[in-house]
Amino acid sequence: MADIAEIKTDAYVDITNIVCPVTFVKAKVAIEELKVGEVLKVHMNGGEPLQNVPRSMKEEGHRVLKLTENDDGTYDLIVEKGEE
Amino acid sequence: MAVDYGVLKKGGFMRQKQKNCFSLRLKVVGGHLDAEQLKTIAEVAEEYGGGYVYLTSRQGVEIPFIKLDQIDEVKEKLEEGNCQPGVCGARVRTVTSCQGKAICPSGCIDTYALAKELSERFFAMDLPHKFKFGVTGCQNNCLKAEENDIGVKGGIEVKWIEDKCISCGVCEKICRSKAIATEEGKIVLDEAKCNYCGRCTKACPVDAWENDEGYILSFGGLFGNTIRKGEEIIPIIHSKEKLFKVIDTAVDFFKRYANSGERFSFTVERIGKDKFVSEIKEAYYG
Repeated sequence: MADIAEIKTDAYVDITNIVCPVTFVKAKVAIEELKVGEVLKVHMNGGEPLQNVPRSMKEEGHRVLKLTENDDGTYDLIVEKGEE
Repeated sequence: MAVDYGVLKKGGFMRQKQKNCFSLRLKVVGGHLDAEQLKTIAEVAEEYGGGYVYLTSRQGVEIPFIKLDQIDEVKEKLEEGNCQPGVCGARVRTVTSCQGKAICPSGCIDTYALAKELSERFFAMDLPHKFKFGVTGCQNNCLKAEENDIGVKGGIEVKWIEDKCISCGVCEKICRSKAIATEEGKIVLDEAKCNYCGRCTKACPVDAWENDEGYILSFGGLFGNTIRKGEEIIPIIHSKEKLFKVIDTAVDFFKRYANSGERFSFTVERIGKDKFVSEIKEAYYG
């Protein structure tokens, strides 16, 4: 698996200021704007979003590449857009 | 003719303070009532009761203000609408359950299916004192398993599938027990720390975990005049057959040794916890 620093991201969405289930809705809208194969970085909180967003991304047909933890307790999820 | 309150109580009719009035307890399993039953209950409450229902603390429904001389009529009416009376007194009470994995994203087991099985096997069984079963789907414990004489809590025992894993790290971060670590690119699961909550496998974006559902039993809980938390004394159980074997053993222990009016926990204490634990372990391991 490539190191996070090597993964080029095409878009960014911050879902730290909203709560479930809007977290996933916002992330979903963001990735839908991308082309297949492009990569989205989702900035999110731990707990519920971490429990649900990566899994929901997979269920929508996208590919989760990596998760990194930031110093402030937030996370960045790197997701590649899947086929329509 | 003298009124046999014992028989009425057994059949779910609870005597009220008000003369010749009864609060009729209905049979409910796992908190489920269908629309037809609800209609019937509403009709009976309007026609024969006080025009309302009382929702009990254990997912039951009672219709207060049923008159003594209308009891048979009420029973008939309920029967027609597919409602059965509940029970009170020294016997197995309503089997409660949360919605479980059929509905809830956190659920690890099919709680309602299990509640129905438990109810079919044990509901209304006469015992030395009241006896309660509760089934909760996961560690969130919405159904408060440990306050029951026998509590069942759903869990998932997981096993890492290396080939599918993309090392994204979600499971390690989501685990509340800190049972998951990544060592040299491999996931290491500390089984002693895992509480079978299933968060790792539920969050995993690539299904890199094998799931083995199971039941975590607790014994001797009560939440009345005395409050005691049911205790786990055996590991998670994966087969229904073994689950029922262990539960049968516990109920049989209560039947054999309990004094009349003595709750399960006190029986275990009086007869000896070691003896009880050894019987349960024999059922589990034997």
